[in-house]
Order: sequence, then C-alpha cells, then structure tokens
Amino acid sequence: MAATKIGRTAAACAPLLAASCSAGAPSALSPGGPGAARVAGLWWLLFGIAVVVCVVVTVLVLWAVARRRDATAGTASGRRFVVVWGLAVPAVILTFTYLTGLDAMRAFEDPRDPKALTVEVTGHQWWWEVRYPASHFTTANEIHVPVGRTVHVRLRTADVNHSFWVPQLTVKTDLVAGRVNDMWFTANRPGLFRGQCAEYCGTQHGRMALHIVAEPDAAFTAWLARQSRPATAAGEGRQVFEAASCASCHTVAGTSAAGKQGPDLTHVGGRRFLGAGTLHNTPADLAAWIANAQAYKPGNRMPPQPLAPEQLRVITAYLDSLE
Amino acid sequence: METVTGARASAAERVARRWQEPPGLRGFLTTVDHKRVGRRYLVTAGVYFTLAGLEAVVMRTQLIAPDAGVVAPQTYNQLFSLHGTAMIFLFATPMLFGFGNFLFPLMLGTRDMAFPRLNAFGYWVFALAGVLLFGSLPFGAAPDGGWFAYVPLTGPRFAPGPNLDVYTLGLLFLGVSTTAGAINFISTALKLRAPGMTLNRVPVFVWALVVTSFMVVFALPPLNTANFLLFLDRRFGTHFFNPAAGGDAVLWQHLFWLFGHPDVYIIVLPALGIVSSIVPVFARRPIAAYSLIVLATVATGVISFGVWVHHMFAVGLPQLSLTFFSAASIVVSIPAGIQVFSWLATMLMGRVVLKTPMLWAAGFIVVFTMGGVTGVMFAVVPFDQQVTDSYFVVAHFHYVLFGGAVFPIIGGLFHWWPKLTGTMTSERAGRWAFWLTFAGFNLTFLPMHVSGLLGMPRRVYTFPSGIGWEPWAMAATIGAYLLTAGLLVVLGTLWYAHRRGPVAPADPWGGETLEWAAASPPKPYNFAVIPTVHSLHPMWDERSRASLAEGATSEARVLADGHLVLRTSELDGEPEGPLEMPEHSWLPLAGAGSLFLAVAALLFDRPGFAVAFGVATALVLIRWLWPREAARA
Repeated sequence: MAATKIGRTAAACAPLLAASCSAGAPSALSPGGPGAARVAGLWWLLFGIAVVVCVVVTVLVLWAVARRRDATAGTASGRRFVVVWGLAVPAVILTFTYLTGLDAMRAFEDPRDPKALTVEVTGHQWWWEVRYPASHFTTANEIHVPVGRTVHVRLRTADVNHSFWVPQLTVKTDLVAGRVNDMWFTANRPGLFRGQCAEYCGTQHGRMALHIVAEPDAAFTAWLARQSRPATAAGEGRQVFEAASCASCHTVAGTSAAGKQGPDLTHVGGRRFLGAGTLHNTPADLAAWIANAQAYKPGNRMPPQPLAPEQLRVITAYLDSLE
Repeated sequence: METVTGARASAAERVARRWQEPPGLRGFLTTVDHKRVGRRYLVTAGVYFTLAGLEAVVMRTQLIAPDAGVVAPQTYNQLFSLHGTAMIFLFATPMLFGFGNFLFPLMLGTRDMAFPRLNAFGYWVFALAGVLLFGSLPFGAAPDGGWFAYVPLTGPRFAPGPNLDVYTLGLLFLGVSTTAGAINFISTALKLRAPGMTLNRVPVFVWALVVTSFMVVFALPPLNTANFLLFLDRRFGTHFFNPAAGGDAVLWQHLFWLFGHPDVYIIVLPALGIVSSIVPVFARRPIAAYSLIVLATVATGVISFGVWVHHMFAVGLPQLSLTFFSAASIVVSIPAGIQVFSWLATMLMGRVVLKTPMLWAAGFIVVFTMGGVTGVMFAVVPFDQQVTDSYFVVAHFHYVLFGGAVFPIIGGLFHWWPKLTGTMTSERAGRWAFWLTFAGFNLTFLPMHVSGLLGMPRRVYTFPSGIGWEPWAMAATIGAYLLTAGLLVVLGTLWYAHRRGPVAPADPWGGETLEWAAASPPKPYNFAVIPTVHSLHPMWDERSRASLAEGATSEARVLADGHLVLRTSELDGEPEGPLEMPEHSWLPLAGAGSLFLAVAALLFDRPGFAVAFGVATALVLIRWLWPREAARA
C-alpha cells in the first residue's frame, strides 16, 4: 500500500522514535502478538498520513507568510481552493482511514477458539487478582500464557474501574464496575511483557503494573502444574505467618491463611515483582515491603507490620521459599 | 479618530450622559457595562489559568525523573484533577466568554449585551466558583477523581471526603454562569445587531460564539444531571451509579461525555472564531469562503453531539455501536479541515503582514493541524483502544486545546489589546513571547506522543526507571519550564503595554469589523451613532463607515433619549425600535453572593443555611424581575 510506504519512510526519518522502541519499553510499536502488530501497522499508516498533512499545511503557512506580493491583495472568494483541499481531498483520505480502521477491528473480535486458555482477571485497588479457572488456582499481578495459543481474558473489578493494557500484546479493555468484559489475545513470541492499569483508579493508580510471561508450551504447562499445588513449605516462618496479621488478608493454599483482602501468596516466591510492579522480588526488598509497604507505595491497603527482626526474617524466608 | 465635528460631539455628549455609571468601589461592584464585565472575565480567567498552569509545573517537576518525591500521590492526584477541571471550566470557556462579552456589542454595532445584569451576575458566579474550587486545594479537599470523575471511584464508598462534593457543587454552581452567558450571547446576536447586518454579514467570531452558546445550552444539562445524581448518591444515599444496588457506572460516562465531547468544540470553536477575526485583518483581504466557514462552524456544533462514545471505546460496548461513533468522529474533522483551508486560502490570496497577532494565528494553524491529525487517529477504533488513557491522548488534547485555544486566545489578546486597554504592545517582545511559547509548547507535548506509544498511562504520579520513559519525561519537563518562560513573557509584554505602552489609535491594524470604529478603549456607549452595515467588512466599505457619523442617518440612530439600544430583526437586521436597557445594579452581585453561600452551606452539610440562602437568592431574583416603571421620560 502506497500510504504504508509513506509511513515507513516517515518512520525512517524518526530514528529517535525507532531507537526508543528497542530500549526495553512496553512499546506498542514492538509487538509480541498479532493484535498489537496490527495496531502498530495502523500507527505507521496513520503517522505517515499525519506527517504529509502537517508538512503540507506548514509549507503553505510558511509560503503565505514569506513570499512577497504586490500591494493589491486578491479578492477572489477562494471557494474552489477550500472545497478541493479542505473538503474533497480530506474526505477521500478520511474514508480510506475509516475503512482501514473497521478492518483492523476484526483483530480483536472473539476468535471462537475452543482451545483458548481462559484467565479471569479481577482489578483491585491497586493490584490484579489472576485466576485460572480450569486449573483452580489464584495468583496475582503476573500472568503466564503459552506462546501461540489464544488467551481469553475475563475482566471484572472488585471496586472501582480499571483498565487492562499490555501494549505489546493487546489494546485496552476496561474493567467496569458491575460488568464482565471479555478480550482475546495471542503472544507469538516468548517474553516478559509489561502492562499497567490505564484507567485512573485512585491514589496508587501509578503503581498498578502487571506482567505477562509468554513461554513455550512445555514451560507453561510445568508452571501451571506448580501453581496448582498447595504450598508445601513448613517451619517457623509458616507458623509466624499464620499467627501474625498476614493471614487475615492473604491466602496461602495448604495453610490456615485464607484472607481475601490482599493478593494470594501461595507461590509468591516465584513471582518477579512485588506490590504490582513496585519492587523487584528479592529477599531484601521483600522484607522491606513486609515491614513497611507504605514507604514504597503510600496509600496502599497493607499497613506497616510491627514485627520483631527475627519474625520478619523468618516470614521473608518462608515467603521466598514459596515458589 | 477622525475629526470630531460639533454635531458629532454633541451626539456623543448627549449619549454619554445616559451611559454613566457611578465611580469608585460602588461602580466596581454594581457595573453592568459589557466591556468592564468582559475585561473582568479575561483577567479572572487569566488568574485561574496561571494557578492551573502552576499546578502543571509542579506535576512536570514530579515527573522529571523516575520515582521522584516532589509531591505525595494524593497531592498529585488533586493537582491533575484540579488542573484539568480548572483549565476546562474556569479558564477556557470563561476566557472566551470574556472575549465575547467585550466584543459582541462592539462587533455588532450596539451598546450593551441583551441582558446586562445577567452578564454581571454570570461573572460573579464564575469568579466565586473559581474561589470555591481553588480554595479547596490548600485544605487537601480539591477534587481528586480526574476532570471526568468516573464513578465508582468518585462515589460515596471510594471517595468519602469532601473532595468530590467540591467538584459536583462547584460545577453545578458554575453551570449557572455558563448557561446564563450562552443565552445572553444568543439573544444579543439575534436582536441587537446594527441595522443592515443580515445573517450573511455577521462576523465569523460572532457566528462561532453563537454556535458555541447553542451547544452550551444543549450540552450542559447532561453534565448538570450527572453531577446532581452523583451529589444525591453521595449525600443522600441514592444508587444511580451503584451497580451493586441496580445502578449503572457506565451511565456516568455517557452523561459526562455527552457533555464532554461537545465541550471540546465549545472551547475550540470560539478560539477558531478569533483566528477568523485575525487572519483577514493581517492578510489584508476578506476571509475566503465565508459561507463555508460559517457552515463548517454550524456543522461542527451539530456533529459534535454524535461522537461522545469515542471516549469510551475501551469500555466494552458492542462493536457495531463503535463503528457508528468511529464514523461520526471521522466526519467531525471535515469542518475543521474546511476552516484550516479557509485561513490558508485567505493568507495565500492576500498579503500577509506578520504582526504579533498574525504570528500567533499562523503558529496556531500549524499546531492545531497536528492536534487534528492525531484526533483523526482516535476515531480509528483499535488505535484509540491502544493509546487512549495513555500519554498519547495527553499530547493530542494539549495540541488541540493549548494549540487550538490558548494560541488563538493569546493572539486575540495581542490583537484586541489596543481596544481592551487603549495601549499598543511591543512587537519585539510579542515575537519573543511567541517563539519561546511555541518552542516550549512543542518540547512539552511532542515527546508525550512517544511516551504514550511506549506504554505510559496518563495520570500516574510517578513511573519506574529502566523501561524507556525517562528521556521523554525529562524532555517534557524541560519543555514545560520553557513554556512557562514564554507565558511569563506574554504576561510581561501585556502588562508593560498596559502600564507604559504607547497610546493606541482607534484602528491600529486597519481592522475589518465594527469594534475598530469605536474609541480605544471604547466609551461606555460604544458608538455615538448606531451604524448601518452594508457588508461583511464594514470598516472596509465607505458606506458603512460613513453611517457612523451623526447626521448620516436619522436622529433615531443616536438614541440619546434614554439608556437605549436599537432592537433589530433576527434574520435581516431590520430596525424594530429602541430598547431601554437596565443600568448598574447591586442585584447581580447580591444574587451571585447568596447563591454562592447556599452552595457553600450545601458543601458543609448545613441544610438550614442552604435553605436560608436559597430563599435569599429567590428574593433577589424576585426583586430583579419585578416590573419596573419606565426609567425616565
């Protein structure tokens, strides 16, 4: 398509933009699946058209300002010029744009794939509850998906509206109070894809990230099997965890901790991040987060924990071992 | 001005006696002069612009680097909510209404707005609404739900504090002012035009603001409804927006955007009208394709009511409805294209004189086009779903609203500064102001397109390092400082002109429309003789100009027998007879003040006081509307 070619040429003229796409950003322009790829293509087309329009208008402005004319200004009405360049030409471009957009909408329809993996995502202030209904387990903030298989996401919210957005894989779909929304995407390469809540949802809207781990089928199946098992670690840390306030808000399957306020921690040790993308999941950061999560994510629902250093150490060790 | 003949002076003297207002503080508080009210709107909206702009500077400072701790998240959320709310409601519309109030009677060749007291009342309500909204910030009680305040986040369960009551009550209160202003513009434009000013001789700016006013009349009711229902939900425990009890959270979004998208054009159309006033004057020829530009303005007003769902493409509505709203959103850009090419045609076929106002208009055409092309992108459903609620949309709407409205507003201030203050601004300083602002603006908002494409959501109080967002955030922050510098030079230039600038002649630019026939600044009565208009550009045709002199037409055009204006027919501007206008009065201030106290009582949950001040407001209105005896023989 000629317009696409223009877009590509324009893209080549924007090395900064291109460079930034490869810097590990969750960029809509470095897609990891067909849906996002379709939108990236759409962007380069729209960008190309936009550049041409802006250049034409800017050149006309500069020309009108810069050129010298004799003292008599023209009095012709200018109607024809306006009708052709301000009405007819835009109408053609816009019709083309509209039809292209309609066609691209199909990339996000229900693919009616019977083998689709269903994941239920529930938004909370300010984290993501993730449930794999077929495997009967719940996790948080990190969604594993198999490469090449359709993923069907059912979106709900437990409180206010949120929006599910993983730019490299799929466009946004809101999590709307009182409704269930469905969306579908496929990852076509392995990778860690960052997403973030895109509908303002209160104090910590800024720290409500999620990560999608796309992995080959075998790795995914193994992960699924691990997650489906209850936690087996035992010891002093588990006793402190069950006895302290932790258990009133968090669940660890296989223990007496069955709180529902906060994220399920059954396999928290295997996750990459803490606090919905706030900290990396290292033992030191985990301990710091448990002691006072308010220092890292002020306003979040987890109060500072008045634990003795030894208690903190054993709880951290326990949670870290839950992989 | 031209030589004042003895007869002319006597007409001016006779009229002047009828248009005096008391001096000093009493005059300040009771005036209904549209020029004073208009200037007041401009200054007050300018103050609110400065405050909301400073909020933006604090936000950009917080976002200069990852994980910065300049402000707490709760504060940041109030800052961006109030920034948006104030820029939309307390700056853009009131600023443009200020231009309208000042210019309508002057451009139309009459002496005041159709409802002068309503005009003053509207100003006081607007000023007090701003006091309410900005006054809440030092107490940590400013709205913190974003400018579109989506439920359930803003409902009683998730926002128990007073913050959202400030929002609902503040906007309902302000809506009184906006609606009153809109009705006043419509009535003035339809009934008080100078004789001979048929509809096809009405300046584009007047058309634009009349279309805007009709839009206000139809767009504000959904917003007022939404705010009223939310107030009931919050204060009286109703469940309009509570899905758990059978309410609907999406209903808020529909009501809000049914107002919110037309509101974009409510802001932009009058600004485009300003551009249509500046361009012909400095291209030294009439505007190209006048009838098309007017039709485009009207078409924008109508179509803009059919595009609101493009703010909701990610909500999960049926695909079929999205295709309809996508089409409407595409179509609404066509009239904008017509306007852009009308200005270009005017400039290309004319002879452009690049004075400061024209510089701003030319810069506007470039940045507005950039906002327009990204606007079309948002009509493309999947692309919208990708970049909506990201920094890309922040970039887009600042190109449309800062580029499309603030540039023309500043251009308009330079254009009409001689008329507003009687002084000339410095060309050199004006050029500096433009280039600083233009560079700062683009450095601030161009990188935000990239941030959005790189996955950065809007309304985040901070962001992590290492995911490619830092350089773009820092560029935007540096741009914001540069932009601030540019705007300070604008302010300084205007202020210096007002204090020390050379005295302005009546018509410094060789203007096109009737305001340039009045003195700079105009006398309280504007025109000693009501002119007769023979063309779209009365100042450029001899017959219209000649009609301004006393004796050119009949004594009936002097109207010195009272506080009078000339009433004319809606379509053809045929004279229908003199109309006695209300004079200065305490009633507008008293009405606005008591209504403000009633709103404040509601805010502090004092129903007794609210009823008492409500009754007081009603009494003021009864006094206001009480039939008057003819003021004088």
